[in-house]
Amino acid sequence: MSKISEIFKNNKAFIAFLTAGDPTLEKTAEFILTMEKAGADLVEIGIPFSDPIAEGPVIEKANLRALSVGTTTDKIFDMVKRVRTKTQMPLVFLTYMNPVFVYGVEKFFKNCRETGINGIIIPDLPYEEKNEVLGVATAYDVDVITLIAPTSKDRIQTLAKDATGFIYLVSSMGVTGVRSEIKTDINAIIADIKQVSKTPVAVGFGISTPVQAKEISKTADGVIVGSAIVRIIAEHGENAGDVLFKYVKSLKDAIS
Amino acid sequence: MSKGKFGVHGGQYIPETLMNAIIELETAYEFYKKDKDFQDELTALLNDYAGRPSRLYFAKKMTADLGGAKIYLKREDLNHTGSHKINNVLGQALLAKRMGKTRLIAETGAGQHGVATATAAALMGFECEIFMGKEDTDRQALNVYRMKLLGAKVNVVTSGTMTLKDAVNDTMREWTKRVEDTHYVLGSVMGPHPFPEIVRDFQSVISKEARAQILEKEGQLPNAIIACVGGGSNAMGAFYNFIPDQDVRLIGCEAAGKGVDTALHAATIAKGSLGIFHGMKSYFCQDEYGQIAPVYSISAGLDYPGIGPEHANLFDTKRAEYVPITDDEAVNAFEYLSRTEGIIPAIESAHAVAYAMVLAPTMTKDEIIIINLSGRGDKDVAAIARYKGEDIHE
Ligand SMILES: Cc1ncc(COP(=O)(O)O)c(C=O)c1O
Repeated sequence: MSKISEIFKNNKAFIAFLTAGDPTLEKTAEFILTMEKAGADLVEIGIPFSDPIAEGPVIEKANLRALSVGTTTDKIFDMVKRVRTKTQMPLVFLTYMNPVFVYGVEKFFKNCRETGINGIIIPDLPYEEKNEVLGVATAYDVDVITLIAPTSKDRIQTLAKDATGFIYLVSSMGVTGVRSEIKTDINAIIADIKQVSKTPVAVGFGISTPVQAKEISKTADGVIVGSAIVRIIAEHGENAGDVLFKYVKSLKDAIS
Repeated sequence: MSKGKFGVHGGQYIPETLMNAIIELETAYEFYKKDKDFQDELTALLNDYAGRPSRLYFAKKMTADLGGAKIYLKREDLNHTGSHKINNVLGQALLAKRMGKTRLIAETGAGQHGVATATAAALMGFECEIFMGKEDTDRQALNVYRMKLLGAKVNVVTSGTMTLKDAVNDTMREWTKRVEDTHYVLGSVMGPHPFPEIVRDFQSVISKEARAQILEKEGQLPNAIIACVGGGSNAMGAFYNFIPDQDVRLIGCEAAGKGVDTALHAATIAKGSLGIFHGMKSYFCQDEYGQIAPVYSISAGLDYPGIGPEHANLFDTKRAEYVPITDDEAVNAFEYLSRTEGIIPAIESAHAVAYAMVLAPTMTKDEIIIINLSGRGDKDVAAIARYKGEDIHE
């Protein structure tokens, strides 16, 4: 079983997302550890991209802020290496295809293994194009996380069958961002997935409150929160630590 | 697995949320491209509504003045709505209608594709929303008003560099929000498969006509076809039916802005590198970490950091050549064609005219150049006046 899948074994997992380099890489390292202390089981680290087409305004702005202070993929690998000396929690990258491709797929995944990255989420890499990275990523023990959307329908089982690490179920249409209501029939999609795959399912996109998290965790194996965390960092900047701790703890408590 | 490849380029690098819509589009297009009713209806629209076939005009004064090759202009500027964009839009709108879609969305740079899409939406009864960068709504204000007049909603894009690439980003984002009833009318030979193929097919009417027209007028094929390249749709349309004619040079003109040795250009082939963005593998202006570069051109329609995948492959295989043309050269050609032939070209098309002005004098009098005049320049007059230091406002 992959290191990522293990976090779902004995509890509902809480997965937190933040953008590397927002406001600084030192703070990113600190916030990752803060969120772990507050109960996060896995942290997704966003490698900023100039044109994040799957993101809403909150995370898009965080990407641009991070780039504007000189954040690069190399500096992020250095940060991960430092964080890795202080935690055993699985760490996953979220980024777009171009930063990986241009960095060099081989070099990128080799660095992932060397610094301790366990998985990667690439929103603009659908099943049809997964061979762009899959062979190399697998060779370096990096899970390429499968995304399933409300529109996946007849594709669900094909996608789920090959999934490793966890399955990222996109709760809503559109881009990332906090939503007051989640309308997709998540239970039906999870049921479809469970017919063909034992890989844990975590639900993300739009989740921000403990009530939403609790509701979703009834059927999902884990809950992913991104925009709400990024918004706290945008608002409190370098001093976001305490607020983040309380926020993450409230969500983890809600699903425990 | 991977579909829609041109050599190493192309593919379908898009979020899972859009995959079923893309597959649905591909299936529909495979069917309708062979459907006689569909093709007849499209031809009737292109002819009776858009004014095709467009003329192939012998530019006699320009030819005499440059003193070399004979110059013909393929007059896409005379199409309804003023550019080649209508060829693609009528095709995609008709396809969307057959697919049961009720809403069209599109990105636009210069506003020509937005105007064409708003026009087709008005004609065929679609709801319509256009996304346009703030930088471009400022420099192409006339086209913004035109789209509104046609009943479209214009969304001003304020993210990123606020130009064409950001308009594409936001249109893709919008499509992921509402995909069931909505067709994304992509405006160039770019994006995920099947768009590069669909747009190329609908634009290839340009070279289908031009090939027959030049054979009728001159009894021989041209020596060179010259077209400007943003995403590459007018160029692809102008090149396509000449690709098998190995002796016909195919020349694309990219925007060099203030010069390819400055940071202010949009010359993807000259300065870009291989990448994966906007659904396709192709060449892009970007940095060593794959961050897309903020590009620049005086021409909003060419101000794009990428190029369609089929062009990237025509470049790799050396079947086509791509040359950078600066703002200054384009503005000079804009004025030259206006004075010499009484034709005001779009500033995009002026990039192609500029290279013809360089190439023609190096050729013999029995050789032939066809310039694809992709659009008319009314939309650019105020901006060019300002560029020349005159204080004109629309
Ligand atoms: C008149 C005209 N020509 C050319 C272009 C560039 O697009 P493409 O390269 O797809 O032909 C535009 C785009 O706005 C345009 O308006």
